[in-house]
Order: sequence, then structure tokens, then C-alpha cells
Amino acid sequence: MSTLTRKEVEAIAHLARLAIGEAELPVYVESLSRILAFVEQLNAAETRGVEPMAHPLESQVQRLRPDVITEVDAHVKYQKNAPQVQAGLYLVPKVIE
Amino acid sequence: MSLHTLTIAELARKLRAREFSSEELTRACLARIDAHNKPLNAFLTVTAESALAAARAADKRLAAGDAGPLTGVPIAHKDIFCTDGVRTSCGSRILENFIAPYDATVVARLKSAGTVMLGKLNMDEFAMGSSNETSYYGPVANPWDRSKVPGGSSGGSAAAVAARLLPAATGTDTGGSIRQPAALTGITGLKPTYGRVSRYGMIAFASSLDQAGVLARTAEDAALLLEAFAGFDPADSTSVDEPVPRYSTLLDAPLRGMKIGLLKEFFDKGLDEANAACVRAALDVCKRLGAELREVSLPNLPLSVPTYYVVAPAECSSNLSRFDGVRFGYRCKDPKDLIDLYKRSRGEGFGAEVKRRIMTGTYVLSAGYYDAYYLKAQKVRALINGDFRRAFQDVDVLMGPTTPTPAFAIGAKVDDPITMYLNDIYTIGANLAGLPAMSVPCGLIGGLPVGLQIIGPHFSEAKILNVGHLYQRETDWHQRIPRGYD
Repeated sequence: MSTLTRKEVEAIAHLARLAIGEAELPVYVESLSRILAFVEQLNAAETRGVEPMAHPLESQVQRLRPDVITEVDAHVKYQKNAPQVQAGLYLVPKVIE
Repeated sequence: MSLHTLTIAELARKLRAREFSSEELTRACLARIDAHNKPLNAFLTVTAESALAAARAADKRLAAGDAGPLTGVPIAHKDIFCTDGVRTSCGSRILENFIAPYDATVVARLKSAGTVMLGKLNMDEFAMGSSNETSYYGPVANPWDRSKVPGGSSGGSAAAVAARLLPAATGTDTGGSIRQPAALTGITGLKPTYGRVSRYGMIAFASSLDQAGVLARTAEDAALLLEAFAGFDPADSTSVDEPVPRYSTLLDAPLRGMKIGLLKEFFDKGLDEANAACVRAALDVCKRLGAELREVSLPNLPLSVPTYYVVAPAECSSNLSRFDGVRFGYRCKDPKDLIDLYKRSRGEGFGAEVKRRIMTGTYVLSAGYYDAYYLKAQKVRALINGDFRRAFQDVDVLMGPTTPTPAFAIGAKVDDPITMYLNDIYTIGANLAGLPAMSVPCGLIGGLPVGLQIIGPHFSEAKILNVGHLYQRETDWHQRIPRGYD
């Protein structure tokens, strides 16, 4: 399981929406395989009956807040950072033909 | 007067006594940045004009007798903190032109405490690195030896404070990113308890591990800053609603009778012998101060690096999905469709290490592998947490080295991610368990600093600052200045 193929790395890159150049691919095949082999030492730990730890502070529960609007509309300011905006809308390449 | 060698505690006293103005102090810092930053590459952005305006405003408050303990004190922020109207790059190409539209809570609180922001500091890209070599804007040099790394990811903060360009800076610590660079540059670095400091406006890497903190010269200065920006923030869903002690008034409690646990697993075969000797000498100082030492074993701790390299990439792959080339950040040229836009914007905008971690995370979360990797890692994380909890039933704090070795050469480990990851072998445990931890300088090996790490139970910042402060009253490692910067 710990050695990835080129095809698998291409599939992961696609899932992660990352364009990886041809020349870079072998580097990732090698380093990702090594990382997975490295983390496989976790298998040596006996974890039967152990509750997975999802929060570093066990006693904390996710806080709820009243369902009221607290944000002000600042879209003009926020959209200053957008690559392409028109009439207050973010532009992307055509999605529906 | 050499303003650059004074601590925040001293600066604050002298500012209030009107021995010099905040404007004079700010100009002195800006002059040092001007003289020394280029070879160090610590500052990515210098906000000279707004700094001088803030300094003049601070001087008015000081003149009116309306000043707090930090009024007029210059600081700078790691470029991971959003700063309203100022570029916030996170060390990445993808945010090269990103002007943050609001202040992070840490930034806002330090601003309202009257501090003067000098600028933004270099860092590993998205805080993913242990050497500050993954920054799109180039590596940071260690002021003790500019051919060496300053550590990372808060490498710019560490180098700038160590070179006395400013008295202190903010940082973040996900796997050691405050403590490791603090150790490698001979300064004091504090990572607070998870949830102690708001993460709002701090660009997310691994949300269950990320915590903001401070890099300063002394434990006392770290206390002064932490009490100004810690505390509950409704804008961060994992912020904890616990009162913030006045850390700076709790530094002098005697160590007599304190139980210090020596982390057996940290004195392993990877630990440089000279480094171990420095840590042992530091422990002797604590013993002389009346503390009681005993060896403590945390059997699951050696699994913290592999646990981290599942959990952190998993969270990073999810957090970094927001960088899509649509709402902010870099967009590739002439995308042929939406998928191409996503893929090339991200492929061109992120550096190699960030892509490696996103892909690692995507893989361990993908269908069929989730249980084997992610769930398994979260279970081992629970075991490590249990080890710490048991240890703190017997001791007040744990101590050991911060890093296995002093700073290594720039370029020495860039081709081998696993070797690089193992730099954080002693720091990651505290992140996995959400514990507060601090590194204080405890020696020099061949002219390069190393650190003593102090780890405490949840919300014990006052205790570890207290220990650090008393240690620094007995030693002068934290006062050593790299040659050429005195």
C-alpha cells in the first residue's frame, strides 16, 4: 500500500485540483510513497477500543450562537482581491454550454 | 542609547518615563531593519509610514498619561496574520497580491493595546516547513550564521527578533513553528494552549493544531504580549472562554517544590550530545532553584511525527481548498475551463512542499484509505494525549530539548521531506495534545543557540512563563547577541 504508482499520484493531483507538470510527477511519486511508508509505523500502535481524538481539549464542545446576522455587507472591499469581477459577481470561465 | 538591546519591559518603562518617544524608538527600529534586513530576508513588508503615524499617536497617549503597558512598543506580525489594508502573503505566490480586508483578532488586540506595527515577516509557505526555505519570497538567514537556517515556519519572526531589529514578533505554531525557530536563533518562543488565542484572521493550515503565540527575547516580554492578545473571541469557534491571568505579575513564584518531569523519550539517539548537555545543565539550574526532577516516560510520544504527518496534511488539504483562483489570490493565464482554472491556479500558485502536503492529505482522506490513515492517526493522537495527561498527574511541567540539533545549513535538508519533518520530533507532541509549551535559550554549540523546552498542562501558561523567567534570572543565554548585531 505504501508505494504509489504514477497513475495514483495523477489521480490524487486531480482530486486535489492541482496541475502537476510531467517533470515534477516522479518527484511526487517518490516523496509521497516515502511519506506513506513513514506514517505506516502507526500500524504498530494498539488502538483497539481507543476513541479517535477530534479536538485537543476534550471537555470543549462546539459552541452555538444565536442565528442572527453579525456581518456587514463588505463585498466591494472583499472583491478588490478577486481576479475578475463584474457587476458585483465573480467571473469564471463558462461552465454551462 | 542602544534602544535595540532593550526588552519590552524596559522599553515600556522608559517610554512612560519619557526617556525617549515612541517615534524615536520606531525610527531606530526602522533604521535597523534598513541596515540589516536585506541579507536576513526577515521582513517581507515594512510599513514605515503607518508605523510612524501609530508611534506619534502612541506618543500623544503617553504624554496624556493614558498609556497601557505596551503603548508605543514596536512589534511585527508573521505574514500569516491578516492585516487590514496591508499585503498578507502567507509566504506564498498564490497570495502575492492579497491585501487583507480586515485585521486578525491578534493584530486588532495588539493594535488597541497601542503597539506599533513595523511590518510583516517572512515564513515558510502557509507555515509548512521547519527551515523557512519553502517561502516563495526566499529563505531567511539565521543571524548567528547566515549560511544556516533560522528554523521555521516563523523564521522571519525569529531572525528579526534575534538580530535585534525589533523587540518581539507574533508567530504561529502548528507542529513547532514558534519553538523550533526560537531555539535555533537563541530567543524565547511561546506556543499557548489550543484555544487560548483566537485563530480568527490567521490563515488556516491545520485547524486542530494551529495556535498563535509570541517570539520575544525574554519570558517576561512573552507574558506582557500574551496577556494583551489572549482570551475569548466569539469569532473563533474553538476559542475557549477562560479568564486570562495577568501573566506578567505571576513570574516570580518560587520554584521550590515544583516537580519537573524529564521526558525520557526526548533524550533519544537522535539528540545531539552537546545539545543534551546544554539541556541537562539547564535542568541543574532548575534543581538549584528548588525544583524536584524526575524522569517521565511517554511511551507513545515517538509516534507523534507520523501522527502529525497524517492529521496536519489532512486538515491542510481541506483548508487550502479555498484557494481556487476565483474569489482572491493568483489566477492562471487563459484558463480553458473551470477545472483548468482551478488546477493551474493552484498548481502555479502553490510551492512544492504545500502541494506535497495537500496531496498527502487528499490521499489519507480519500475513500478506502480514511480508516487506515486518518482514523488510525486520530486514535494514536488520543494515546499520545493520554500519555501527557497521565504524566501531569505526577509532575507540574515537562522539560526536554526543543530540537535535536542546532541550526543546519540552508539547502541541507530540502531534498528529503522526512529528514526535514524529523526536526519537529520534540515539538509536535504539545500540538497534538493542545498543550502550552515554550522554548528558552539554554546554550551555544559552536556558536549556534539551542533551546530548553518547557511543556505544561492545558492553560498553565503562567506556570511555564514563571519557570522560564526564573531560569532567565539565573542565566544569560537569552542576552547573547549574534555577532554583528550588538
